[in-house]
Amino acid sequence: MAQITLTIDAVGATVPEGTSVLEAALSAGIYIPTLCYDKDLEPYGACRICIVEIEGMDGLPTSCTTRAADGMVVRTDTERVNRVRRTICEMLIADHPADCLTCPANQSCELQQVASHLGIMQQRLEPLEREHVLDESNPFFKLDLSTCILCARCVRACNELRGVGAIELVGRGYECHVGTFLDGPMVESVCESCGECVDRCPTGALSAKAERLPPTREVKTTCVYCGCGCGLVLGVRGNRIVRVRGEAAHPVNRGSLCVKGRFGLDFVGSADRLTAPLIRRDGELQEAGWEEALELVAGRLSEIKAEHGPDALAGLSSAKCTNEENYLFQKFVRAALGTNNVDHCARLCHASTVVGLARAFGSGAMTNSLGEIEHADCILVTGSNTTEAHPIIALRIIAAVERHGARLIVADPRRIDLVRFADLHLRQRSGTDVALFNAMMNVILGEGLADEKFIASRTEGFEQFRRALEECTPEWAEPITGVPAGEIRAAARTYAGAERASIIYSMGITQHTTGTDNVLSLANLAMLTGNVGRPSTGVNPLRGQNNVQGACDLGALPDVYPGYQKVDDAGVRRSFEQAWGVPLPAEPGLTVVEMTNAAAEGLLKGLYVMGENPMLSDPNVNHVREALEKLDFLCVQDIFLTETARLADVVLPGVSFAEKDGTFTNTERRVQRVRAAVDSPGEARQDWAIICEVASRLGYPMHYDHPSQIMDEMASVTPIYGGMSFERVDEVGPQWPCPDAEHPGTVYLHEGEFKRGRGKFHPVRFREAAELPDEEYPFLLTTGRCLYHFHTGTLSRRSAGLEELSPPAPFEIHPEDAAAEGISEGQIVQITSRRGTVRARAVLTERSRPGMIFMPFHFREAAANLLTNDALDPVAKIPEYKVCAVRLKKAHESSPGC
Amino acid sequence: MEENLDGIFSQYAGERGELIPILQDVQRAVGYVPGAAMTQTARFLRIPESAVYGVVTFYAQFHLTRQGEHGVKVCQGTACHVRGGRRILRAVEKKLGIRSGETSEDYRFSLERVACFGSCALAPVMVVDGKVHGRMTPQKAVRVLEALE
Repeated sequence: MAQITLTIDAVGATVPEGTSVLEAALSAGIYIPTLCYDKDLEPYGACRICIVEIEGMDGLPTSCTTRAADGMVVRTDTERVNRVRRTICEMLIADHPADCLTCPANQSCELQQVASHLGIMQQRLEPLEREHVLDESNPFFKLDLSTCILCARCVRACNELRGVGAIELVGRGYECHVGTFLDGPMVESVCESCGECVDRCPTGALSAKAERLPPTREVKTTCVYCGCGCGLVLGVRGNRIVRVRGEAAHPVNRGSLCVKGRFGLDFVGSADRLTAPLIRRDGELQEAGWEEALELVAGRLSEIKAEHGPDALAGLSSAKCTNEENYLFQKFVRAALGTNNVDHCARLCHASTVVGLARAFGSGAMTNSLGEIEHADCILVTGSNTTEAHPIIALRIIAAVERHGARLIVADPRRIDLVRFADLHLRQRSGTDVALFNAMMNVILGEGLADEKFIASRTEGFEQFRRALEECTPEWAEPITGVPAGEIRAAARTYAGAERASIIYSMGITQHTTGTDNVLSLANLAMLTGNVGRPSTGVNPLRGQNNVQGACDLGALPDVYPGYQKVDDAGVRRSFEQAWGVPLPAEPGLTVVEMTNAAAEGLLKGLYVMGENPMLSDPNVNHVREALEKLDFLCVQDIFLTETARLADVVLPGVSFAEKDGTFTNTERRVQRVRAAVDSPGEARQDWAIICEVASRLGYPMHYDHPSQIMDEMASVTPIYGGMSFERVDEVGPQWPCPDAEHPGTVYLHEGEFKRGRGKFHPVRFREAAELPDEEYPFLLTTGRCLYHFHTGTLSRRSAGLEELSPPAPFEIHPEDAAAEGISEGQIVQITSRRGTVRARAVLTERSRPGMIFMPFHFREAAANLLTNDALDPVAKIPEYKVCAVRLKKAHESSPGC
Repeated sequence: MEENLDGIFSQYAGERGELIPILQDVQRAVGYVPGAAMTQTARFLRIPESAVYGVVTFYAQFHLTRQGEHGVKVCQGTACHVRGGRRILRAVEKKLGIRSGETSEDYRFSLERVACFGSCALAPVMVVDGKVHGRMTPQKAVRVLEALE
């Protein structure tokens, strides 16, 4: 971009063409007072405080909306400029309470700063009298209109950055104010409580309710909720987190956060935290000392191993824990217990991704990066309710559409929030994704829209794949999917016609008995149109948990060591035997649901669970309970007494993300630092240290002084992490593959060549879901997440505010179905599948397709997974959470329940 | 009130710039702009409801409540003011039993104060159902209203 040079107050500034005068001044280190400017928002020119004099220009232009030009001479601090600024500021102050000392924004208030800069010492103009309007309806923040200066930063942030539009400037002239639709209470508006408005407000008009006292120090870390991997800055006072803000320079979130990250960390200081080990005595869990608890765990595990062999033991690792802990945990299971029976909840969310993308491309991770999404011409979002499950990634999608004009195709049975921004919403019947994508590819081939050069030079298996598509016309797919043939054609043309098309998907694709097929279909679609290996393209699975990517990368899977190196590859195994100093088992171990089944059959005797809650997260929970109760020994290491921990023989208290050092790997393969901010409660211990203790007592000594040493060890055995170290990831985490210390990390995969050499097309034929609605169970149940809670709610449900915003145990039903069943809003309904029954509260909404109901799985009161089907994808062994059959009956009880 | 606005929407392409003409059509059809109509309009144009509300509350031409059969506007602009516009308004308020910005209980009259119709030569001015009545006195204003009853 061309550079221009201008003079500002006798200082020369050289900036790229297109820069505003205000930004040019800021870059030259010159302060221009302003109240409505925000670097992340479009210039607005409302406050008029940033006016300057520019030679050759009439009047006093606002520097934020005036573009810098070559040779321009700007004066920012003349008497003329300051006289007008002072008058504007005095008028603002006349309509503003003078109670700075008691204002939540005291000392951080920009009006104070500007007034002070302009030398305003007194209230010269007679103050206006206004009715005091205060909206305290939101549990996390309040809106006090008396201190609002109408800069509209909140309104613009809500619209421009978040795409929500909950607030707007309402009324005109003296009546003008920040308000919601019809001036209703904030909490009843479409507000998502993200707090972006609070963050952007220059005064005390929007303030967080909880922040009464400022922090005394700040700690940079990574959010523990979802796979976005947002940079957090925890404000700590003493040993308490008193404020959370987004890290402004962070490559993922650029300062933004969602409601959970900003306001939902109450769990860290919760009184429910486990503070001492618990041992089951006379049927009850009772507090015990560490020594006794560790001896008991090691003793029982040894006994079972001696009596039944190592494969009677298994470990569930944790996608919530750090990379270092996951590495150590799988090493513990493999080297100390002597079995490959180690898995974690990735099995339940993206096992089909890991398998499918590895087969097609050679690497089972997001091909491209989050920052690239914004520059795609076409985005196909399927099976991802991005705004609720990955709120910060959704901001990129919205920005791509709203700021850069991308076309958005949403293929989802539910009318999810992103549909507001979509050109096309394909509303397929749940479980018919393969038919839909095959038909799109049939159109692409039939209309000559395929990228033949890419197919010829970069892929293999095309002929066989092409033949399998011949019959898959849109007319064939229409009755299967319920999507009109015309829409399928339009979607195919839009996707194939784009220069850079990106596919974003999540568990709506993976959690099916056809999960692997679904993933392979998407891989086919991308390869068919040459949309892999270039910026802003690719096949991009959004990983659910904060560190599910890392837990997979570091080998918490039964068939691979760290770095996806196969356990049944003798050469690989020998190198790990050498590194870890013990013989290792050669057979791949059991997956999550297989462990449950083995326990139910009495083959699995002992289970060690770290930071997982299968009693809510796994399908067919009644079966899980039977299985866990049948175990000889269950040890659970967690920070709360979860539904699973309640069944344990020994419970070991670990520490939360805010109390530990380590790294998480986000969904775009970025390895990021997690830093201890507060002390852990009671006798809780570092999770890595607990694993070391148990392993050592089993006769496999493990000793580290600090997690950074674990990182160094895992980097030495994990080629894709070869260049990682605490030093390296300290500021901005690199993205793997990063094989050595000099390697810059990899923004997007498969450039020039696929990881496996050539990309492989797989012919995929449509299969129905394992269980479909019938006369007895006429409704299709699908499950997922909501914005305000996370996973089994162990963390998010400890926030009173999140609970208030999202009352427990809802299920969504289409109003027509509700009318036919005589169900009204808020009514408690008994939902029954072949596996269980729950009572949930009806929410009538057109988000649901007719014939389909939706339940989030966060709520133990009405655990969706009592109903779900534990039928597995034959390859990835992922259960079919997204489709099962249920029937509805109005309940006599007035509360939700199981 | 759930109005069916499809007839109105069918004449538009669904672009954001069409917001004001649509709202004008809605007001012509319904008499004012109900909340439900704003919701439907927002959905049609794919913009936030709050944005529609912001526009409706910005322009004096849009009404958020049902209006009376007759719209009475009394000018309080500079010229009308110096020639006694205030007395006209007071007389009309007294006659109709409502204040400016209100609608009578029987929905016969709505009263508004306005700042200049551009008919300053005729000041003070009152406009009833679009017809300009110039050189008003309190008595003449009341007679204009009585003629409607």
